[in-house]
Amino acid sequence: MFELSGMTALVTGASGGIGSAIAQALASRGARLAVSGSNRDKLEAFRASLAGDHVALPCDLSEPSQVDALVPQAVAALGKVDILVNNAGVTRDNLAMRMKDEEWDQVIRVNLEAAFRLIRAAAKPMMKARFGRVVSITSVVGQTGNPGQANYAASKAGLVGMSKALAQELASRNITVNCVAPGFIRSAMTDALPDAQKEALTARIPAGTLGEGTDVAAAVVYLSSREAGYVTGQTIHVNGGMAMV
Amino acid sequence: MSETADRVKKIVVEHLGVEAEKVTEDASFIDDLGADSLDIVELVMAFEEEFGVEIPDDAAEKISTVRDAITYIDEHKG
Repeated sequence: MFELSGMTALVTGASGGIGSAIAQALASRGARLAVSGSNRDKLEAFRASLAGDHVALPCDLSEPSQVDALVPQAVAALGKVDILVNNAGVTRDNLAMRMKDEEWDQVIRVNLEAAFRLIRAAAKPMMKARFGRVVSITSVVGQTGNPGQANYAASKAGLVGMSKALAQELASRNITVNCVAPGFIRSAMTDALPDAQKEALTARIPAGTLGEGTDVAAAVVYLSSREAGYVTGQTIHVNGGMAMV
Repeated sequence: MSETADRVKKIVVEHLGVEAEKVTEDASFIDDLGADSLDIVELVMAFEEEFGVEIPDDAAEKISTVRDAITYIDEHKG
Protein backbone atom coordinates (compact mmCIF):
# COMPACT_ATOMS: atom_id res chain seq x y z
CA MET A 1 0.00 0.00 0.00
CA PHE A 2 0.96 3.64 -0.56
CA GLU A 3 3.82 2.71 -2.86
CA LEU A 4 4.87 5.70 -4.98
CA SER A 5 7.39 4.07 -7.29
CA GLY A 6 7.19 5.33 -10.86
CA MET A 7 5.63 8.57 -9.63
CA THR A 8 7.16 12.04 -9.59
CA ALA A 9 6.51 14.87 -7.16
CA LEU A 10 7.15 18.61 -6.92
CA VAL A 11 7.47 19.78 -3.31
CA THR A 12 7.76 23.47 -2.43
CA GLY A 13 9.44 24.66 0.74
CA ALA A 14 11.24 21.33 0.73
CA SER A 15 14.27 22.33 2.77
CA GLY A 16 12.20 23.52 5.74
CA GLY A 17 11.22 21.43 8.77
CA ILE A 18 7.91 19.97 7.62
CA GLY A 19 8.88 20.18 3.93
CA SER A 20 12.00 18.10 4.37
CA ALA A 21 10.04 15.44 6.26
CA ILE A 22 7.48 15.35 3.43
CA ALA A 23 10.17 15.10 0.75
CA GLN A 24 11.98 12.32 2.62
CA ALA A 25 8.76 10.38 3.08
CA LEU A 26 7.74 10.67 -0.59
CA ALA A 27 11.24 9.66 -1.71
CA SER A 28 11.30 6.71 0.69
CA ARG A 29 8.07 5.40 -0.90
CA GLY A 30 9.79 5.49 -4.29
CA ALA A 31 8.80 8.84 -5.80
CA ARG A 32 11.32 10.85 -7.80
CA LEU A 33 11.32 14.46 -6.62
CA ALA A 34 11.80 18.01 -7.73
CA VAL A 35 12.45 19.85 -4.49
CA SER A 36 11.95 23.60 -4.46
CA GLY A 37 12.91 26.32 -2.02
CA SER A 38 14.12 29.89 -1.92
CA ASN A 39 17.55 29.28 -0.38
CA ARG A 40 19.65 27.79 -3.18
CA ASP A 41 22.50 26.43 -1.03
CA LYS A 42 20.26 24.95 1.64
CA LEU A 43 18.08 23.37 -1.03
CA GLU A 44 21.00 21.85 -2.91
CA ALA A 45 22.42 20.44 0.33
CA PHE A 46 19.05 18.92 1.13
CA ARG A 47 18.69 17.40 -2.35
CA ALA A 48 22.16 15.87 -2.00
CA SER A 49 21.14 14.35 1.36
CA LEU A 50 18.22 12.44 -0.23
CA ALA A 51 18.85 8.91 -1.42
CA GLY A 52 18.08 8.56 -5.13
CA ASP A 53 18.06 10.73 -8.21
CA HIS A 54 16.26 13.99 -7.44
CA VAL A 55 16.47 17.55 -8.74
CA ALA A 56 16.59 20.91 -6.94
CA LEU A 57 14.64 23.81 -8.46
CA PRO A 58 15.21 27.07 -6.56
CA CYS A 59 12.23 29.43 -6.75
CA ASP A 60 11.11 32.63 -5.07
CA LEU A 61 7.38 32.05 -4.64
CA SER A 62 6.72 35.77 -4.16
CA GLU A 63 7.75 36.31 -7.81
CA PRO A 64 4.86 35.28 -10.11
CA SER A 65 7.13 34.82 -13.12
CA GLN A 66 9.32 32.39 -11.20
CA VAL A 67 6.25 30.57 -9.87
CA ASP A 68 4.80 30.16 -13.37
CA ALA A 69 8.10 28.72 -14.58
CA LEU A 70 8.38 26.12 -11.81
CA VAL A 71 5.97 23.42 -13.04
CA PRO A 72 7.34 23.52 -16.62
CA GLN A 73 10.85 23.21 -15.12
CA ALA A 74 9.76 20.21 -13.07
CA VAL A 75 8.11 18.57 -16.09
CA ALA A 76 11.28 19.14 -18.11
CA ALA A 77 13.44 17.59 -15.38
CA LEU A 78 11.19 14.68 -14.38
CA GLY A 79 9.20 14.04 -17.55
CA LYS A 80 5.90 14.56 -15.67
CA VAL A 81 4.49 15.74 -12.35
CA ASP A 82 2.10 13.26 -10.73
CA ILE A 83 2.13 14.84 -7.28
CA LEU A 84 2.23 18.51 -6.34
CA VAL A 85 2.79 19.39 -2.69
CA ASN A 86 2.21 23.04 -1.86
CA ASN A 87 4.09 23.18 1.39
CA ALA A 88 5.93 26.51 1.32
CA GLY A 89 4.56 29.14 3.64
CA VAL A 90 5.62 32.34 5.33
CA THR A 91 4.40 34.26 8.35
CA ARG A 92 4.39 38.03 8.91
CA ASP A 93 2.60 38.17 12.24
CA ASN A 94 1.15 41.41 13.51
CA LEU A 95 -2.00 42.63 15.17
CA ALA A 96 -4.43 43.60 12.41
CA MET A 97 -4.45 47.25 13.43
CA ARG A 98 -0.71 47.39 12.97
CA MET A 99 -0.46 45.12 9.98
CA LYS A 100 1.17 46.74 6.98
CA ASP A 101 -0.09 46.23 3.44
CA GLU A 102 3.16 44.45 2.57
CA GLU A 103 2.72 42.01 5.46
CA TRP A 104 -0.72 41.10 4.22
CA ASP A 105 0.30 40.94 0.56
CA GLN A 106 3.44 38.88 1.08
CA VAL A 107 1.67 36.15 3.04
CA ILE A 108 -1.26 35.91 0.62
CA ARG A 109 1.06 35.93 -2.38
CA VAL A 110 3.36 33.14 -1.17
CA ASN A 111 0.89 30.94 0.75
CA LEU A 112 -2.20 31.24 -1.44
CA GLU A 113 -1.53 32.81 -4.83
CA ALA A 114 1.61 30.78 -5.54
CA ALA A 115 -0.29 27.58 -4.69
CA PHE A 116 -3.02 28.57 -7.14
CA ARG A 117 -0.50 29.34 -9.88
CA LEU A 118 1.26 26.01 -9.36
CA ILE A 119 -1.98 24.00 -9.38
CA ARG A 120 -3.17 25.84 -12.50
CA ALA A 121 0.07 24.98 -14.27
CA ALA A 122 0.16 21.37 -13.05
CA ALA A 123 -3.49 20.69 -13.92
CA LYS A 124 -2.77 20.70 -17.66
CA PRO A 125 -0.28 17.81 -17.74
CA MET A 126 -2.26 16.02 -15.00
CA MET A 127 -5.45 16.27 -17.08
CA LYS A 128 -3.64 14.85 -20.06
CA ALA A 129 -2.25 12.01 -17.96
CA ARG A 130 -5.67 11.37 -16.39
CA PHE A 131 -3.91 11.27 -13.04
CA GLY A 132 -2.85 13.79 -10.44
CA ARG A 133 -2.48 14.33 -6.72
CA VAL A 134 -2.41 17.82 -5.25
CA VAL A 135 -1.79 18.24 -1.53
CA SER A 136 -1.59 21.67 0.06
CA ILE A 137 -0.30 22.17 3.58
CA THR A 138 -2.69 24.44 5.42
CA SER A 139 -2.84 24.94 9.20
CA VAL A 140 -5.07 24.45 12.20
CA VAL A 141 -5.01 28.25 12.33
CA GLY A 142 -6.95 28.37 9.05
CA GLN A 143 -9.79 26.67 10.93
CA THR A 144 -9.55 28.19 14.39
CA GLY A 145 -7.95 31.59 13.76
CA ASN A 146 -5.13 32.99 15.87
CA PRO A 147 -4.57 36.54 17.10
CA GLY A 148 -1.76 38.27 15.26
CA GLN A 149 -2.20 36.04 12.22
CA ALA A 150 -5.09 37.53 10.23
CA ASN A 151 -3.01 37.27 7.06
CA TYR A 152 -1.72 33.76 7.73
CA ALA A 153 -5.11 32.40 8.86
CA ALA A 154 -6.77 33.92 5.77
CA SER A 155 -4.18 32.37 3.46
CA LYS A 156 -4.55 28.94 5.07
CA ALA A 157 -8.36 29.01 5.10
CA GLY A 158 -8.11 30.20 1.50
CA LEU A 159 -6.17 27.08 0.55
CA VAL A 160 -8.97 24.90 1.92
CA GLY A 161 -11.73 26.67 -0.04
CA MET A 162 -9.64 26.81 -3.19
CA SER A 163 -8.84 23.11 -2.92
CA LYS A 164 -12.53 22.24 -2.62
CA ALA A 165 -13.34 24.22 -5.78
CA LEU A 166 -10.48 22.66 -7.72
CA ALA A 167 -11.34 19.19 -6.42
CA GLN A 168 -14.76 19.57 -8.04
CA GLU A 169 -13.32 20.89 -11.30
CA LEU A 170 -10.78 18.10 -11.68
CA ALA A 171 -12.35 15.03 -10.09
CA SER A 172 -13.57 13.59 -13.40
CA ARG A 173 -9.96 13.46 -14.59
CA ASN A 174 -8.76 11.35 -11.67
CA ILE A 175 -7.02 14.36 -10.12
CA THR A 176 -7.54 14.75 -6.39
CA VAL A 177 -7.00 18.01 -4.51
CA ASN A 178 -6.69 17.83 -0.74
CA CYS A 179 -5.16 19.59 2.25
CA VAL A 180 -3.24 18.56 5.34
CA ALA A 181 -3.63 20.85 8.35
CA PRO A 182 -0.85 20.50 10.93
CA GLY A 183 -1.27 21.76 14.49
CA PHE A 184 1.85 22.55 16.50
CA ILE A 185 4.79 20.72 14.98
CA ARG A 186 8.26 20.54 16.54
CA SER A 187 10.67 22.81 14.69
CA ALA A 188 13.65 25.06 15.32
CA MET A 189 11.10 27.74 16.16
CA THR A 190 9.22 25.73 18.80
CA ASP A 191 12.51 24.36 20.23
CA ALA A 192 13.58 27.94 20.93
CA LEU A 193 10.48 28.69 23.04
CA PRO A 194 10.97 29.05 26.80
CA ASP A 195 9.85 25.98 28.84
CA ALA A 196 6.89 27.79 30.41
CA GLN A 197 5.54 28.67 26.98
CA LYS A 198 6.10 25.12 25.72
CA GLU A 199 4.10 23.80 28.68
CA ALA A 200 1.24 26.22 28.00
CA LEU A 201 1.26 25.11 24.40
CA THR A 202 1.15 21.38 25.10
CA ALA A 203 -1.58 21.87 27.74
CA ARG A 204 -3.92 22.69 24.84
CA ILE A 205 -3.06 19.45 23.02
CA PRO A 206 -4.88 16.30 24.19
CA ALA A 207 -2.02 14.15 22.88
CA GLY A 208 0.17 16.06 25.34
CA THR A 209 3.05 16.64 22.98
CA LEU A 210 4.02 18.55 19.86
CA GLY A 211 3.75 16.77 16.54
CA GLU A 212 6.67 15.80 14.33
CA GLY A 213 7.25 16.56 10.67
CA THR A 214 6.90 12.83 10.00
CA ASP A 215 3.33 12.93 11.35
CA VAL A 216 2.44 15.47 8.67
CA ALA A 217 4.43 13.62 6.01
CA ALA A 218 2.49 10.39 6.60
CA ALA A 219 -0.78 12.16 5.75
CA VAL A 220 0.80 13.62 2.61
CA VAL A 221 2.02 10.18 1.51
CA TYR A 222 -1.48 8.78 1.94
CA LEU A 223 -3.17 11.56 -0.06
CA SER A 224 -0.48 11.24 -2.77
CA SER A 225 -0.97 7.51 -3.17
CA ARG A 226 -2.94 5.72 -5.86
CA GLU A 227 -5.03 4.17 -3.07
CA ALA A 228 -6.40 7.59 -2.03
CA GLY A 229 -8.01 8.17 -5.44
CA TYR A 230 -11.55 8.39 -4.02
CA VAL A 231 -10.61 11.03 -1.44
CA THR A 232 -10.83 14.59 -2.74
CA GLY A 233 -11.68 18.06 -1.45
CA GLN A 234 -10.79 16.95 2.07
CA THR A 235 -8.55 18.21 4.84
CA ILE A 236 -6.70 15.79 7.12
CA HIS A 237 -6.00 17.42 10.48
CA VAL A 238 -2.75 16.33 12.11
CA ASN A 239 -2.83 18.11 15.44
CA GLY A 240 -2.88 15.69 18.38
CA GLY A 241 -6.54 16.50 18.93
CA MET A 242 -6.08 20.21 19.66
CA ALA A 243 -8.89 21.06 17.26
CA MET A 244 -11.52 18.56 16.18
CA VAL A 245 -13.38 19.60 13.06
CA MET B 1 -12.55 17.72 -47.03
CA SER B 2 -9.48 19.69 -46.01
CA GLU B 3 -6.51 18.15 -44.30
CA THR B 4 -7.17 20.37 -41.25
CA ALA B 5 -10.72 19.06 -41.01
CA ASP B 6 -9.51 15.46 -41.07
CA ARG B 7 -7.01 16.04 -38.29
CA VAL B 8 -9.47 18.03 -36.17
CA LYS B 9 -12.10 15.31 -36.47
CA LYS B 10 -9.58 12.62 -35.57
CA ILE B 11 -8.65 14.52 -32.39
CA VAL B 12 -12.32 14.99 -31.48
CA VAL B 13 -13.07 11.29 -32.00
CA GLU B 14 -10.09 10.28 -29.86
CA HIS B 15 -10.73 12.77 -27.04
CA LEU B 16 -14.47 12.48 -26.72
CA GLY B 17 -14.72 8.80 -27.59
CA VAL B 18 -17.56 9.46 -30.06
CA GLU B 19 -18.24 7.72 -33.38
CA ALA B 20 -16.61 9.35 -36.40
CA GLU B 21 -19.95 9.73 -38.24
CA LYS B 22 -21.25 11.97 -35.48
CA VAL B 23 -18.38 14.43 -35.88
CA THR B 24 -19.82 16.55 -38.69
CA GLU B 25 -18.69 20.12 -39.20
CA ASP B 26 -22.00 21.38 -37.84
CA ALA B 27 -21.73 19.32 -34.67
CA SER B 28 -21.61 21.29 -31.43
CA PHE B 29 -19.05 19.94 -28.99
CA ILE B 30 -21.33 20.37 -26.01
CA ASP B 31 -24.83 19.89 -27.46
CA ASP B 32 -24.14 17.14 -30.01
CA LEU B 33 -20.96 15.42 -28.87
CA GLY B 34 -21.51 15.37 -25.10
CA ALA B 35 -18.43 17.41 -24.18
CA ASP B 36 -18.22 19.23 -20.87
CA SER B 37 -16.30 22.44 -20.20
CA LEU B 38 -13.18 20.52 -19.17
CA ASP B 39 -13.34 18.53 -22.43
CA ILE B 40 -13.30 21.83 -24.35
CA VAL B 41 -10.17 22.93 -22.49
CA GLU B 42 -8.54 19.62 -23.34
CA LEU B 43 -9.58 19.78 -27.00
CA VAL B 44 -8.16 23.27 -27.31
CA MET B 45 -4.88 22.05 -25.76
CA ALA B 46 -4.81 19.15 -28.21
CA PHE B 47 -5.48 21.43 -31.20
CA GLU B 48 -2.69 23.76 -30.04
CA GLU B 49 -0.29 20.86 -29.87
CA GLU B 50 -1.32 19.23 -33.15
CA PHE B 51 -1.25 22.40 -35.24
CA GLY B 52 1.34 24.50 -33.41
CA VAL B 53 -1.15 27.36 -33.01
CA GLU B 54 -1.96 29.33 -29.92
CA ILE B 55 -5.67 29.61 -29.15
CA PRO B 56 -6.17 32.34 -26.55
CA ASP B 57 -9.04 32.06 -24.07
CA ASP B 58 -11.25 34.64 -25.76
CA ALA B 59 -10.94 32.78 -29.07
CA ALA B 60 -11.45 29.40 -27.41
CA GLU B 61 -14.72 30.63 -25.91
CA LYS B 62 -16.09 31.25 -29.42
CA ILE B 63 -15.28 27.75 -30.65
CA SER B 64 -18.48 25.77 -30.18
CA THR B 65 -18.72 23.61 -33.30
CA VAL B 66 -16.26 21.45 -35.19
CA ARG B 67 -16.38 23.97 -38.04
CA ASP B 68 -15.46 26.82 -35.65
CA ALA B 69 -12.31 24.91 -34.69
CA ILE B 70 -11.34 24.11 -38.29
CA THR B 71 -11.89 27.71 -39.38
CA TYR B 72 -9.86 29.15 -36.51
CA ILE B 73 -6.98 26.78 -37.11
CA ASP B 74 -6.92 27.35 -40.89
CA GLU B 75 -6.82 31.09 -40.30
CA HIS B 76 -4.06 30.99 -37.70
CA LYS B 77 -1.73 28.10 -38.44
CA GLY B 78 1.67 29.15 -39.71
